[in-house]
Formats: sequence, C-alpha cells, structure tokens
Amino acid sequence: MLDILSRYDILGAFWMTIQLALWSAIGALVLGTILAVMRVSPVAVLQKLGALYVNVTRNTPLTLILVFCVLGAFYILQWRLAPASAPLSTHTFLWAIFGLSAYHAAFVCEALRSGVNTVPVGQAEAARAIGLTFTQSLSQVILPQAFRGAIAPLGSVLIALIKNTTVAAIIGVKEAAAIMRVIIENETGSLIVFFIFALGFVILTLPVGVGFTELSRRLAVKR
Amino acid sequence: MFTKKMIAIAASAGLALSMAACSQDAGTPAADGGGAGDKITIGIKYDQPGLGLKEGDTYTGLDVEVAKYVAKELGYEEGDIEWKESPSAQRETLIETDQVDLIFATYSITDSRKERVSFAGPYFIAGQGLLVRADDNSITGQDTLGGKKLCSVTGSTPAQKIADQYPDVELQEFGTYSECLPALLNGTIDAITTDDTILAGYAAQEQYAGKLKLAGEPFTTENYGVGLKKGDTELCEKVNAAITKMVDEGAWQSAIDETLGAADYVAGPGNPPTPAACS
Amino acid sequence: MSAQAVLFDAPGPKARLRHRILTILGLIAALGLIGWFLWQLNETNQLEPNLWSPFLRAETWTQYLLPGLVNTLQAAVVSILFAMAFGLVFGMGRLSQVLPLRWVCGVIVEFFRSVPVLLMMIFTFFFMARNLGMPGAAASFWAVVTGLTLYNGSVIAELVRSGVHQLPKGQGEAGLAIGLTPGQTLRSIQLPQALTAMLPALMSQLVVVLKDSALGTAITYPELIASGRQLGSRFGNVVAAYIVIGLIFVLLNWLLTIAAGRLERFINRRGHTAATARTGASTLVEGGAGPGEFGANVADVVEEEVTDRVEAWQDRHHRE
Repeated sequence: MLDILSRYDILGAFWMTIQLALWSAIGALVLGTILAVMRVSPVAVLQKLGALYVNVTRNTPLTLILVFCVLGAFYILQWRLAPASAPLSTHTFLWAIFGLSAYHAAFVCEALRSGVNTVPVGQAEAARAIGLTFTQSLSQVILPQAFRGAIAPLGSVLIALIKNTTVAAIIGVKEAAAIMRVIIENETGSLIVFFIFALGFVILTLPVGVGFTELSRRLAVKR
Repeated sequence: MFTKKMIAIAASAGLALSMAACSQDAGTPAADGGGAGDKITIGIKYDQPGLGLKEGDTYTGLDVEVAKYVAKELGYEEGDIEWKESPSAQRETLIETDQVDLIFATYSITDSRKERVSFAGPYFIAGQGLLVRADDNSITGQDTLGGKKLCSVTGSTPAQKIADQYPDVELQEFGTYSECLPALLNGTIDAITTDDTILAGYAAQEQYAGKLKLAGEPFTTENYGVGLKKGDTELCEKVNAAITKMVDEGAWQSAIDETLGAADYVAGPGNPPTPAACS
Repeated sequence: MSAQAVLFDAPGPKARLRHRILTILGLIAALGLIGWFLWQLNETNQLEPNLWSPFLRAETWTQYLLPGLVNTLQAAVVSILFAMAFGLVFGMGRLSQVLPLRWVCGVIVEFFRSVPVLLMMIFTFFFMARNLGMPGAAASFWAVVTGLTLYNGSVIAELVRSGVHQLPKGQGEAGLAIGLTPGQTLRSIQLPQALTAMLPALMSQLVVVLKDSALGTAITYPELIASGRQLGSRFGNVVAAYIVIGLIFVLLNWLLTIAAGRLERFINRRGHTAATARTGASTLVEGGAGPGEFGANVADVVEEEVTDRVEAWQDRHHRE
C-alpha cells in the first residue's frame, strides 16, 4: 500500500488543491462584495444585474462553468490571463481559479446579504439621520457589521469552495481528486485510498469550520 | 458501523435493482449458443465518429460495419442486433456480467485484459497517431513534437506517455476528444493524439472536411479485437471465420473506405490482419 | 424593495442624476459585455448556423438531450429521497438522548459533509464496478446516487436538527409534561413541525442535488452534460451544446427556486408551525438569508450552536 502511495505525489496534489482554494477564495470575496453592493444599491438596474448574475451562476453546474472557462474562454475565444508564452497548465490553472471565483462569488454575495440582514434597521436609520450618504453609511456602518454577521455563512462558502476545487479535475488540473482517480484506476480501489484523500479534505475543512465558528462568536456585534 | 450498514444496504439495493433492470432489457445472453431469430447484444462506442457513432436511432462506423457482418455470419439479421453503449472503462465488466455478447469498441487486445475476457480477431490493426491542422507541416511524427501543445482525454495513457517521454510537450486534458477539436482548429492546440482510427474518424466528419489531417506514421500497434466471454472458444472461432470471410470478400476494405475514407485514411502496416488462434 | 429603502434617503435632484448615470453606465457595461462576447463568438466561427441548426431537429432532443435530462432528473429524485431518509435517521440520531449514538451520528454527518461529492462518486463507482462486480451502467448510477445521498443527507440531517432546535422550548416541554417520553415527544410533536418548516429548504436542496448530479459525467453516468458531449461529437458543435445545456439547467433550477419560495410563503401563511415565526423579523434586505444552498443551511446550524451556548450561559446566570 505504502509503496503505491509513495509513487504518487499526493502532497503535491493537495498543495494544488490549497492553491486553487486560496486564490479562488480571494477572488470570490472581492467579486462577491461588489455583487452584494450592487444588489443593495439604490440603482434599480444594478440591483437587477446583480440578481441576474447570482441567479444564472448559482443555477449552473460548476462543471459546465469550468468547461466554459477553459474550453470556451481560453481555447476558443483565446482570452488569456497570463502571457501567451506561459505553459498550458498555468493558463488552465488560472482559468480554473477564475471559474471557481465567479461561481462562488454568487454565494459570497448571498452570504453578505444575509449578513446585512443581521444589522438592525435602526443602524441604517441612525446613519441616515446623522446625514451619511448611501456610500458612507454602507462603507462605515452597514458593511463592517454585515461582514461580522456574515462570517458564519462565509465560512460555509469557503468550505464548499475547498471541496469544489475537485471539480477542476474535469478540466485537467492535477489536484487531489485527479490523483485519486489515477491511483484507483491504475492501482487499487481499496477503501484506504479513499479514506486517505477524504481525510485530507477533513483536515482542510475542519479547521475552517471550527475557526469561522469561533471567529463569528468573537466578532459578533454585541447587541 | 453505521457507514458499513449504509453501504451494505445501498449496495444490495443497487444490485437488486440493477439485476431487475438486466432481466428486463438485456435480452437473452449468448450462453444458449445463439441462432437465427434470437437477439444478440453488441457493445459499441456511441460517441466515436467513423468507428461507433449513434446518429439518432441508427449507428455508423467501422466497428458497427464489422459487427453487422459478423452478426450476419452468426445468423442474426440487422434487426436482431441490440446495440449497447460500451465506454472504455466498462468493457470488461459488461462482458463479465453478460450484458453484452460481443464488443466491437476500439478494443485493443492486451495481456491484462485477456485475464478477464477473451478476444476474437484482431479485425483491424490501428496505431497511435497524431491529428494536426491540414496546413501544419511542422509535425511529422512523435519526434517532432518538441515544444508542441497536445490534447487528449483525461486519464489517457498514450498521451501521458508522450508527455513523460518529451518533457517539453504540453498536455491539455478534456473529457472527450470533441472538446479538443475546436482548440486544434483555431491553433491553440497543435495536435491531438490517440489511435489513428479514432483521429481519422473525426477528420472524416463533414464539418472538418479538408481542415484536418493525420501526420506521420502510427508509432504503436493496437490490435482491435472482438471482446467476448472468457473461454468461449466456440464463439471466438465463429467470429474469426466471419472476419476472415469479410476480408476475403472485400467487404472489409469497402467498410473502411465508407467510414474513414473521407479522411484519406489508409490502413497501416499489418492490415488486413489474420485473426489469431482462439484460446 | 420597500425594506431596502431603509438603507438610503429618498434621492434628491443630484442623487437622481447620479443614479441615472449609474443606470446608463450599468446598462452599457452589461450590454457591452454581452455584445462583445457575441462578437467574439462570431469572430471565432462559433455562431455559424450549421452549429446551431441541429437544435431545431427533433432527434437532437429525443435522442440526446431529453434522455440525458431524464437521467439527470432520475438521479436527482432518487438521491433526494434517499437523502431525506438518511437525513431523518441521522438527524434524529443527533437529537438522541443516548450520548454514544449522538456522538457517532455527529461524526458520520460531519465526515460526509466535509468530503467532496466527486471524491465519493469516483470511489464508489470503481468500488462497485470492480470490487462488487456491478455492471458499469448500474455502478455509475448508484455511485452518483450514493455520493449525492451521503452529502445531501448529511446537510438534511443538520436541517432536521436545527429545525427541531428552532422550535419554541415550550413545545418539547409540553410533550414531556403530558407524559410522553423524549423519543415520543421528538417523533410526534417536534419532528412534524420541524419538517413542515424544512420543506422549502428541502426544495432548495433539490437544486443542489440537480446541479451536483452533473458531476456524474466524470464517472460515465449518461446525464445531461454527457449527452451534450455525444451531441457535440455527432455535429461537431460541443460549445453550442454546452451553452444549450447550461440554459436548461438555469431554467430548471430557477423554476425550482421559485417553487421553493412559493412553498415557503404558503407555509408561512398557514402558520401551522411555530418554527417559522423567527424568520418574520424585519430585515434590511429581502430574502438575503434564503433557505437552502449550502451557505445558509450551515449558517443556520452555526448560528444555532452560538445561540445555544448563549442561552445555556443565560440559564446559568438566571439561576445564580
């Protein structure tokens, strides 16, 4: 068993998973915040556009989104996120991050909106009463509280994101699920192989769950 | 403890249901010897243009043509054939579980497969080839792949071997070759590699006419055999006789011309093959 | 929209101008993006009629897309049914009075919630096909169902648990007071109310299941995306096929989401359950914390744990 596993770079595969998750998390947070702001903004068109994006993205299977990114955007439309001279694996990797970010941004947006919901109406009214504009009240009063209220759901989005990086295997990114598949196909389909990889994901997601719960408790706005 | 139970329950439920499904639609297995009037179930690819392709409710391709000929020699009319999709990963299992009687699905004869199934044939000798754009003359064989971008399907061993052998070859993997094709056509990929028959099948499709070509000589040998139940030498010999007759009658050549001819495909060295002895 | 108005003042002349500019900019950006995308598609010959005309043929739908859709729905429906059973059993297990049982159920639920569905599918597929000798087609179907059941069942188990926890304490206490055992109280008083309150969330979970069944394409399950591939091989229009399939998914899931929303309003109106009372509080935005989808579900649970702890602390405090 051990000699089989030592022939494959399992740690490297999980490192790829972590990289995918980390960069996509940052991307999703940025894009998701912009979307959330659009959806609570006073401009009807921006609200609608934000809602359209969220509804289309989160109702499309991630598999399709990633295939669109790599096959559609990179290979067919030839949109590049890296210099043309970069190796193919870099392009695929970057587009995988883009796809994961775009997909999870919809969920980040919804998490933030649920965070906005934890802010009492009085806060917004008070902000307006002291003469703050929409932008000011959003950035100084609402969003800081909303982020703190949204920490728990954001944690769940991050956990889902970490697990969803496995879908990148479908477009040829050599992360954990891809390596597990190769091992099972070529060597052995024993439970041990599955448990090793499953354990890897438990190790990755468990601290996130515990950490975010703790964080949400500590940062919860005292009311 | 609970997981074990759950798995056991799920598994037994699955088995029971799938067995029920088998008895409903798989028809009679070949074990009864076969004969006119019965049905025969033949496994083919559904998504391989030129070899085995489902077009609505008809099936086309070289594998299909050979299968039809062999079935006729075994005493089955075309209407007696039940086609069943046989993806690469499932071929041995389909035979072992009596879901198909014969498999014609770009099925290379290998020693490891012989441990689980028997092969009649080969009925065709293919080899790993390279599909490139018609106007690209820079690739003439695997030695000229340096620095090129190669496309293949996820988990394909031939492509992986090339990537290992020539470290500066870049490999992109997709779920299917048809996802490689648009990228090849617009130049973001330089070549697709797999069996030359499969490649010729794509190149022969109407919408790619004149746009793609096969480069160089095939650089491996793949003996396409007819997969059948392990140890069924009687059936194997009948199939072999049918293949020999097909080659002698010229139906073999015309099947190739009909299915892969549009790609100017010429069967490689060793063709037409002589079926090996059954064991 | 009315609730949202809390966030900003009624716009004055300047603000109205600014909003109008933003509206125009937003429209230009959106239309520009779509137009550019279409133009690029055209430039790369992806809009050629012969790539799209196959979708006008009946056989494209009867031979490829509809069978794929049926398989997708089949896997999704079977999975959600199994997942509900799984969720009910393990959700009750987590609410049990017996500590080891609670603990074991907790570990199982947490484990399957943190393992990627694709990983479970790949393993189950090869395990069933190879070690159990199951026919490939059945193995791929049951592998999809197993993966989806274990994950979504665990999510539903948490829904059951949080649903029961969210009921007013009096419900459980009343049950005990009239002499029911804790088990009877759970089964005949708490669970029925919690389940009614859960219905919309369950429907939203169906969206998740439907989407995730697309992962079956990686293990040769002939679902919608796989049938798109076959279609693409046949007509050489794989990109067009994927776009059409994406639209089908969006439409289907969007309808399901709307149905879930309707159901939730219906249940709220009937007011049969005490559990939904909580969601009626006034909020800054509408529907932000909608039920379902992994985000909100788990969020509920986490919140639940936090409030549990706070309540326990308050209890102690009061007693002192």
